[in-house]
Amino acid sequence: MLAAIILVPLVGAAILGLFGKRMSERVIGWIACSTVAVSTILSFYLFFEHRAALEGGEKLHEYLFTWISVGTFRTDASLLLDSLSAIYILFITFVGFWIHVFATGYMRGDKGYWRFFAYMNLFMFSMLTLVLADNFVLMFVGWEGVGLCSYLLIGYYFTKDFANDAAKKAFIVNRIGDFGFVLGVFLLFSKAGTIFYFNDTARGIHGAFDWAMTQSPDPLTWSAIFGGGITSVAVLLFVGAIGKSAQLPLYVWLPDAMAGPTPVSALIHAATMVTAGVYMVARASSIYIHAPTAMMIVAIIGAATALFAATIGLAQWDIKKVLAYSTISQLGYMFLACGVGAFGAGIFHVFTHAFFKALLFLGSGSVILGMHHEQDMRRMGGLKKYMPITFATMFAGWFAISGFPLFSGFFSKDEILYRSFIANGLPDSWARILWFVGAVTALVTAVYMTRLMVLTFWGRERFSTSEPAPGADSVPGGHEDHPGPPHESPASMVLPLVVLAAGAVFAGYLGVPEGLSGGKITNYFERLLEPSIASLHVMEPGHAQRTPEGTPLETRAEAPARMPEGHGLERTLTGVSILIALAGIGIGWVWFKRKPLWEPPRLLEEKYYVDELYNATVVQPIKVGSTSVLWKVIDVHIIDGAVNGAGHLASMLGSTLRYLQSGLARSYVAIVVLGALLIIGYFVMK
Amino acid sequence: MRISNCESRNSQSAIRNPQFVMVPLSWYLGLSALLFTIGAVGVFIKRNAITIFLCIELMLNAVNLTFVSLSGFFGDVGGQLFVFIVMTVAAAEAAVGLAIIISIFRNRESLNVDEVDTLKL
Amino acid sequence: MQTDFQTIATQAMQFIMPEGILTLFACAALVLDVMLPRDRKRFVAWVSLLGVGLAFASLWILYTSIVSKGTPRTAFFDMIVLDSYAVVFKSIFLIGAALSILLSIKYLEIEGEQRGEYYGLILFSVIGMMFMASSVDLLALFISLELMAVSVYILVGYFRRDKKSNEASMKYFLLGAFSSGVLLYGISMVYGLTGSTNLAKIAAALPIVASANFNPFGAAAPPDMRYLLLMSMILMAAGMFFKVAAVPFHMWAPDAYEGAPTSITAFMSVGVKAASFAMFGRLFLYGLPDLRGSLAGDPASGIPSLPGWALLLGIVSAITIVWGNLGALTQNNTKRLLAYSSISHAGYVLLGLIAGNQTGYTGFVIYLFIYTIMNLGVFGCIIALRRRGIVGDRMEDLNGLMKKAPGLTVMMTIFLLSLGGIPPTAGFIGKFYLFAGLIETGNPWLVRLAILAVLMSVVSLYYYIRFIRAMYIEGETEPQPVTLAPSLRVALVAAAILVIYIGVFPQRLIDLTQKAATSPGLKTYSYQQGATKPAEPATPPPARGMPGERDRQTATPPR
Repeated sequence: MLAAIILVPLVGAAILGLFGKRMSERVIGWIACSTVAVSTILSFYLFFEHRAALEGGEKLHEYLFTWISVGTFRTDASLLLDSLSAIYILFITFVGFWIHVFATGYMRGDKGYWRFFAYMNLFMFSMLTLVLADNFVLMFVGWEGVGLCSYLLIGYYFTKDFANDAAKKAFIVNRIGDFGFVLGVFLLFSKAGTIFYFNDTARGIHGAFDWAMTQSPDPLTWSAIFGGGITSVAVLLFVGAIGKSAQLPLYVWLPDAMAGPTPVSALIHAATMVTAGVYMVARASSIYIHAPTAMMIVAIIGAATALFAATIGLAQWDIKKVLAYSTISQLGYMFLACGVGAFGAGIFHVFTHAFFKALLFLGSGSVILGMHHEQDMRRMGGLKKYMPITFATMFAGWFAISGFPLFSGFFSKDEILYRSFIANGLPDSWARILWFVGAVTALVTAVYMTRLMVLTFWGRERFSTSEPAPGADSVPGGHEDHPGPPHESPASMVLPLVVLAAGAVFAGYLGVPEGLSGGKITNYFERLLEPSIASLHVMEPGHAQRTPEGTPLETRAEAPARMPEGHGLERTLTGVSILIALAGIGIGWVWFKRKPLWEPPRLLEEKYYVDELYNATVVQPIKVGSTSVLWKVIDVHIIDGAVNGAGHLASMLGSTLRYLQSGLARSYVAIVVLGALLIIGYFVMK
Repeated sequence: MRISNCESRNSQSAIRNPQFVMVPLSWYLGLSALLFTIGAVGVFIKRNAITIFLCIELMLNAVNLTFVSLSGFFGDVGGQLFVFIVMTVAAAEAAVGLAIIISIFRNRESLNVDEVDTLKL
Repeated sequence: MQTDFQTIATQAMQFIMPEGILTLFACAALVLDVMLPRDRKRFVAWVSLLGVGLAFASLWILYTSIVSKGTPRTAFFDMIVLDSYAVVFKSIFLIGAALSILLSIKYLEIEGEQRGEYYGLILFSVIGMMFMASSVDLLALFISLELMAVSVYILVGYFRRDKKSNEASMKYFLLGAFSSGVLLYGISMVYGLTGSTNLAKIAAALPIVASANFNPFGAAAPPDMRYLLLMSMILMAAGMFFKVAAVPFHMWAPDAYEGAPTSITAFMSVGVKAASFAMFGRLFLYGLPDLRGSLAGDPASGIPSLPGWALLLGIVSAITIVWGNLGALTQNNTKRLLAYSSISHAGYVLLGLIAGNQTGYTGFVIYLFIYTIMNLGVFGCIIALRRRGIVGDRMEDLNGLMKKAPGLTVMMTIFLLSLGGIPPTAGFIGKFYLFAGLIETGNPWLVRLAILAVLMSVVSLYYYIRFIRAMYIEGETEPQPVTLAPSLRVALVAAAILVIYIGVFPQRLIDLTQKAATSPGLKTYSYQQGATKPAEPATPPPARGMPGERDRQTATPPR
């Protein structure tokens, strides 16, 4: 059953890839959407079928076949459904399905329609494999699969240089992360002797996480990173997550990845693939809680990325770039949550984010299409009346991401902020700093999202309706570039917007923080996740003393103690969050209504010159080094010398061989006899 | 093809029939080694394909001599069976070998193997 | 009480059912050839293919009903054994034969040599191969080897009017007959020393014969019989080295491979080689297991200890790998290049025998399996280049192939990468097992051998990439289009899929070959124990790779 969830999109991809060229767009769209729909239905069915079991923390293994078994190393193609992967497959298939539907409208008329949907289905297959795998190797298969699909889809408009460059950039930067990931898995295998997640007695396999739970935690020291212990494993795995989830310092590929079609940005670069890093960290939570140093690194990098990307987002003019930086920033939030031990909150934010960010991207896609492939917000404005549904749905997304009370983003973000405030794995001052950074980020987020909305939907119409927009989006010859006023998108695009908007508004109610309701409403989401995630024993501030660093590690059997008196602090912090959100929206509204084209500081607009910095410190030195040193000196002189030398040697040997290979049968016999005599001689002399 | 009585051959106290050993075994073996060497040397000093082929036959027959003498020495029929098989195989090889040599001769009008050297290097 | 004849008729025959079926079909092919008109002769190919298919089916039935059930069964008075080792090798030969027949059909038509005896001879040689894999008696091994060899001599010279084919055949024949003589002399010496031709009995007698003070004649000053034993071992090894084309007994291979019809080159580079390795394994692992490590001497009376065959194989495989790969670097004829490549692959396969452990044996079998498929694939691609007026065996003939036949190019690339051992192709799995087996021993010399092998397989990439460069980068030099005959296409696609499938999901094949590598009678050796054994005499140092101690894990020889 689990296998079917994975395989149906693969079948779709295979059909489209092999025969898609000769199919009509309608058929292609039907195949692509229906395969994902089947996966979606199966996912929901499985979830509700096994709901009680999942809530009880049961793990459903599905063994397909043993992939490789060499000595003690064993890898199975086998799947695992627990509450964590269940949540993931639910929103991946659900959001994925609606994005597929959206794409059938968005990509209409494109020459590579079949290719696009083949890749999209292949992506769904890879992503579901990543999530449902029950061991690190199979996860890595999915991990690389999504990387491949991402590469293919970013470079989808392969005739455009910028798309190719962006694809290459994404690919190379991701390789750096993957390298860390692979090393981490290797190290884990050498430590734990297995690459499976959990014990499975039916197959007689041991799990790395069960192994990790028996380990004593590493101390909170920087030297632990290079100690080759569990901290090293955690840090190396996190390097993989940094690459895949676009965190500092490897985030640079994600903004460029917007060169792909907008549905791709929504599906891969907002809702699903980029959260794979968060998934992996949460999945490996039992490793992370034994590596406090790694947790701290995760938290710091997450918080830093969140703030850093948010400020850049403030100053972008390209509507998709704003959303890209916003994604990076929100991913930072998720890592912040993981880093402070609130894995559940992190996953909850992944969940809500999937809805509202997919919605925002699709909305922006709708805007771009309505504007005839215009992405620059300076040439938009006043679109409210042209595209009312897009506006209304994006409005929901805007409020959700800004953390407006009672929208989904509000609950998840609030939870993260609260949990980082009370983080007990870290020194107190660090927890406060992390909270503060998070809060500032929330403010900036609200501001730039308001800016995006204001610039797009309100104010003066800064476009001319007569000429087609120059520097258009990347769809070459796809959607016919007819001039004319902006228009609302077709139903196939609007419907997903509406559905996702509903999600953006209501998804948060699955996980209302218990502090808010005073414990009256259970935080269903967190309760569901609890069994799948190893947690630091969260000590409420009202609760007595803080346990010393590193020791307060409890298995999931002991659920966090919920102290009613702690709700006071939580409510206070929630109040602060609400104020921040309102303030952000207010500032943005007032400021950008007045000066929509306000020039942001150059430093921000140029993204802190990070690309230039990388170019100067990494790319150019490598280029120069490889040209002047590696190529001109080492390659030409040493390697070519060596190769030529070896070549000369080889050809010398070759000519010797050639003399031996004289073509004369008798000399062959002579050599055979000589060889035999040499061997016999050697053995006799021995 | 039951190999008779061969379990007892392995032991150090190999039983031999003294009346059978008219000529010592080592002489047979020495002669066959000599024949084998002559054959092997002949293969790479002779130029005529037929002669080379005959030298190979000589090698095979040297082996036959070994087998027969050992077989007699052991009183074991297995070695003699081997001789029959080797003779049969040699005949088959002779048929094929001569056919090959004939087709070479047809194409090149020569039996000198040193002139057959288009395939080399 | 059954008579021998009844036993044979009722029980033993079923053990050689696949061979029996093939014999029938081989004879049928010869007869059909006479009956069919000239333009219908390709029918014989399909009949032969049917025969191979039926043989495969009966082999499968034998496997599921007998072999997989338990201990190996012997028949014909311990001449033939039916165990997993035999079954896996037989399936290799049958797959090889089926692919070769598919490759041949169109090729022979272009050459105008479509005749039934060709297929008959292929089937006869396959019968020989199959008996080679399951014989456990020197007599049976020798007959089956010759059955294979004589058929292949003819096949190499199959194009009677082609000078190259003649010449290749003559060289192959003269050297082959010579090496048979050498092998036979070794066999006769072993017979003389142990008094038996049965491998199990030889293995049982070896500990006595190989002891330093073996004195069968009760002489006062006994000659050191171990030298004689080693001599016979070397002579047999030389005969086998010749068949698998290991340096320095490889000289025939480039010439014979280049001159033979390409389809036969393909067939002999995989079938003959795999069969010879099967026999090699039988001879050395089943027959001469105690000659592997050093033969303990007697330091008290000044008798030196002597090295065993593992050292011999180690040296030969090192030279073979280096020589084969270097030789291939400078070749421009693709068939000749692949001949050198196949020489180097023989060196790799030897590594599995040298390692002497479970992993090594698995690698030995699995690599031959994979090698059969990928090498036939490459040769199939070269056969596809044979068109009217174009021989297609020069490197330039590949130029610009990507534009002419992209599907063929992609398949060729897969096969080449697999030969180079690049994941995720099957070749990687095979090489992985071979090298892992060596490294597992922990013996420093064997680890060095593994490193050498890895380095040389990097070198081998150079010439495999030359093909790829010619196909993708070079502009086309020959305008004539390349079309794939349906039979060739089927063979190539099947081979390509298998190569990728095994590369990605190797487990099933590993399970199968592991069974072959654990058949009773195969001895595994542990180096670690030998290294720690203090009683080991000082000469030769264990660092030579030949510690004498070994533990007998599966001590029962095939009954």
